[in-house]
Parts: sequence; structure tokens; C-alpha cells
Amino acid sequence: MESFTPYSALIGGLLIGAAAALTLYSNGRIAGISGILSGILVPKSVDALWRIIFILGLLAGSLLAGLISADAVVVEIRTTPLLTILAGLLVGFGTRLGSGCTSGHGICGLARFSRRSFTATLLFMTTAIVTVYLTRHLLGVI
Amino acid sequence: MDSSPARLQWQAGAALFLAGLLFGAGLVVSGMINPGKVIGFLDITGSWDPSLILVMGGGLLVTLPAFQLALKSSRPLFESKFYLPTLQVVDRKLISGSILFGVGWGIAGFCPGPALAALVTLDGDVYLFVVAMIGGMLLHHRLFE
Repeated sequence: MESFTPYSALIGGLLIGAAAALTLYSNGRIAGISGILSGILVPKSVDALWRIIFILGLLAGSLLAGLISADAVVVEIRTTPLLTILAGLLVGFGTRLGSGCTSGHGICGLARFSRRSFTATLLFMTTAIVTVYLTRHLLGVI
Repeated sequence: MDSSPARLQWQAGAALFLAGLLFGAGLVVSGMINPGKVIGFLDITGSWDPSLILVMGGGLLVTLPAFQLALKSSRPLFESKFYLPTLQVVDRKLISGSILFGVGWGIAGFCPGPALAALVTLDGDVYLFVVAMIGGMLLHHRLFE
């Protein structure tokens, strides 16, 4: 299996885990990206600054990793613009309604033994797998 | 008074920037930033690439012990308290929201963190996704908050 990349996936996971641990340990915050981003869009008084700093750091980290190894930043999007927009709307709306995404529920919530996060993670993983099956195999629309 | 301070200590800001930096680098190194790779991971009946399960595995390897340890202390290093979610019950919003998110994730292969990190590629499709994602968040805000 040529696409199997266990070491880089594990190292990346460790980095993400370290980032979430540092965020909680230093600032007492949950490193959930959908929550952090949405809090900037609708600023509640003094709450926006820490979020902006974190996201600037995230962009810098991505940029830095790309500078160190240019072929690490591969972004292959195979959906049509219309489907990309639909997916974006669903991800934005769904993560707010469901109070979190892969990072907030999957990495942070599970580590707190949150029943809500366990349910959410199980649901979005399953739904995403079913969606890929339906769109790529059964219906073949993507 | 338990409102968060208007000013961040510079150490708090530095820690947040470093955390963001590690997070962004982790998304690139792991391959999560690539929707093609993510779809390969979700495509269990196709040519399945299980790599990305190790992203969650590696993340939890750190956060499971680290969170237990951190939450034993009375407060974080640079803040007066922990800001943790207070809701405990599994409700209809959590369930339907997670399902909608899963459908969107399965269509494009992007979840919020990787989509933001991929903005640095200046790829137009990434911007299309992120603008739509922000639109979805604002729509939720208008309807429910």
C-alpha cells in the first residue's frame, strides 16, 4: 500500500496532541478549531484575542511546515465548486450545532471522557464513511 | 468575578501562538491537511488508507494523560480558571449537528482545522470551502443564538 504513511501520521498526531495539551495547561482552553473560529466571527466582548492568536499560530505552523518540506503541503480537492460550497456550509453549520469537530470532540473531548464527545465522534466518523461510500461508490457522483 | 481578563499576559499569548504553531505543523505533517488523503482514510470499501487513524491515536496518546494531569491542578498556568464545556447531556442538537458535519466532511474531505491550515497554499478551492464554512457558522448563529 503505497499511500500508507504511519510514521508521519503518528508524528503529526503527537504534535496536535501536544498543542491541545499546551492550550489547556497554559490557558485552560479547549483546542477545538470550530469553536475557536466561530468565537471570532461573533466576538463576545473580550473573548476574541486568544482565539486570533491561536489561529495566527496555526497558519504560521502550516506555513513553516511547508517551508521546511515543500512536498508536505499537498492539498487535493476533487469536488466541484458547488459541492465544495455545500460541504463547507454543512461543516460550518454542523460543527456549531454539534458543539465541535474532529479536534474539539475527537482529540480534547475524548481525553476528558466526555459522553457528548464520544457520541459526536462516533457519529461524524460513521456519517463521513457512509457519505464517502454513497458518493464515491454507490452513486458515483464524485 | 470570573470573567476572563481583557488583557492576556504575554506568556499566555506566547503559549497560545506556540500551541497554534504545533497544531498547524501537525496537520501538515500528518497529512490531515490533504482532503485526498482524508477521503482515502474514510473510503473503507475502496482502496483504504488507514494512516489517519494514527493521527487521532497519536493525539490521544498525549492528551489522555496530559488532560488528566492538567485538570488535577486548580487552575491553568496563565488564567484564573479552566474554560470547559458544561453541557453533559447528549441532545438532539449534538446528534444532528455531528451528522451534518460528517456528511460535509465526507463530501469534501475537509474539517475546520485542516481547511484553515490549507489557506496558506492560496488554493482557490480552499478559500471557497472556508468562506462557505464561515457562512454555515454565521447561519447557525443567526438561527440559534
